[in-house]
Amino acid sequence: MIVFDGVTKKYPDGTVAVHDLTLEAPTGKITVLVGPSGCGKTTSLRMVNRMIEPSSGTISLDGKDTGRMKASELRRGIGYVIQHAGLFPNRTVLDNVETVPRLVGMGKKETRDRAMQLLEQVGLGADYAKRYPSQLSGGQQQRVGVARALAADPPVMLMDEPFSAVDPVVRDQLQDEFLRLQDDLGKTIIFVTHDIDEAIKMGDQVAVMRVGGYLAQLAEPAYLLAHPVDDFVADFVGRDRGYRGLSFQAAPRLPLASERTITLGESARDVDDDWVLVVDGDNHPLGWVEPRRIDGEVTSERLHRGGTVARASGPLRAVLDAALSSPSRRGVVVDDSGALVGTVRPHEVLTAIEEAERPVVENPDNPGAPAA
Amino acid sequence: MTWFIDHLGEVWDLGRQHAVLAGLPLLLGLLIALPLGWLARRFRWLYAPFTAGFGLLYTIPSLALFVILPLVTGRGILDPFNVIVAMTLYTVALLVRTVADGLGSVPGAVTNAATAMGYTPGKRFFAVELPLAVPVISAGLRVAAVSNVSIVSVGTVIGVQQLGLFFSDGFNRQFYDPIVVGIVACIVLALLFDAVILVVTRLLTPWLRATGARA
Repeated sequence: MIVFDGVTKKYPDGTVAVHDLTLEAPTGKITVLVGPSGCGKTTSLRMVNRMIEPSSGTISLDGKDTGRMKASELRRGIGYVIQHAGLFPNRTVLDNVETVPRLVGMGKKETRDRAMQLLEQVGLGADYAKRYPSQLSGGQQQRVGVARALAADPPVMLMDEPFSAVDPVVRDQLQDEFLRLQDDLGKTIIFVTHDIDEAIKMGDQVAVMRVGGYLAQLAEPAYLLAHPVDDFVADFVGRDRGYRGLSFQAAPRLPLASERTITLGESARDVDDDWVLVVDGDNHPLGWVEPRRIDGEVTSERLHRGGTVARASGPLRAVLDAALSSPSRRGVVVDDSGALVGTVRPHEVLTAIEEAERPVVENPDNPGAPAA
Repeated sequence: MTWFIDHLGEVWDLGRQHAVLAGLPLLLGLLIALPLGWLARRFRWLYAPFTAGFGLLYTIPSLALFVILPLVTGRGILDPFNVIVAMTLYTVALLVRTVADGLGSVPGAVTNAATAMGYTPGKRFFAVELPLAVPVISAGLRVAAVSNVSIVSVGTVIGVQQLGLFFSDGFNRQFYDPIVVGIVACIVLALLFDAVILVVTRLLTPWLRATGARA
């Protein structure tokens, strides 16, 4: 557990970057610090490994005051991932990953094995071990950055906008993979971002900070979306928060209708409907077609692919989106293997949403206050 | 050409001494410039006085320096030690700025990451900053090498053994063969230094040639 206790950072010119911050980052969880630029989120992060020294207050790691530890020793026990990965350009991928184990004097063989295994874990095979960072894409460099931070198996990780510099598709992928990794590893993580969507996706709890280094609200993502403490947080959390809040609500049992399907290559002529769902040989949905406007076999080019697909075990948001985006207004729902289970109509999803529970306000006098 | 072949042994001897007088200061100067350049980088307020101040050393006329130094070092005027000291000063003059700028060329994110990994400042300097500054430092070293080879020949005036002696010999006798041989030998020596620095730089920077395979 990382505990900030009344931490303030004031620079000699009088600027206050962080103002009396008190915060707990629980063991094994991801705590996200989010806020606009100038809110002190990065400063707060960098005070944990003493890249920046607090002006007052203490930060403790599992009860030990970090201010009393030797800075270099402290840092070797904390994984650190930054925006552009910050890899050493003069070292191969493998050497980069081996940095901290070597610093702490881990055995050669053990270091090597661990580094190779980590590269595998972050999705880079042995082929990449001997390459230099300049030979990798931004996303790959970031993966190496994560592997390097994990190399000495530190219990704590600090991540400073780790996925901000890559394109949205890769970012999404890296986020998902990192969350899967974290499921296994259970590191205590402080994660800084300016992107509220990323904060809500990655955080077990989210600390919204405001300019001047004030903690505006600390809450679980669903709670934050449902009950922002004030106008600033409401504004920062942004539009569509009702819709986004559905990300945190598992879909209840929906009244799924079975769907008449045809497989690719079949004729759609004898289907008596405006739209029909096309599936592949494994019953995985591919897209919709309009039977009346197709002569002969259904080919891949004729498919309408606008509709999204929701997993039955996934969140309500995906189910609603599937229903709204489907050209037939029938949302496609699949099981975990991706096989079709049935379809659901928008009004049925809305009924399910009405019946679903919302996060309960913990303190009615101050709905956004962190739980005591 | 015949003059050259007749005096091959002499060219070789003076060439070797010239190489030592120009080359040894190159190494000594680099060793001295490294900490000075690091200081200029580490403490911002030192950068301007250090780079400008040490740079000024280069404006001291070599002739004057060769004459004054024996008084300072207390060695005989013909002692090559004086030349070594003088050339080291010139090398330092050229390299302090180069080292400072070379260290400055290391991306901040990289040094930050190194610090956050738990490198102590000393280890970080040798493991991360210095290797990454090699290309810039090497460029400065090449300039210093050529400059040293050229300035050493001024040592002729005080009679130090090196290739410049061919110039005075030629001038005194109004005989151009030694002058041409001396110039060519200096150029060859300068090219040799340059080649050595290039090869060492290449060996130290394999990552700069790692290209392609970005997928």
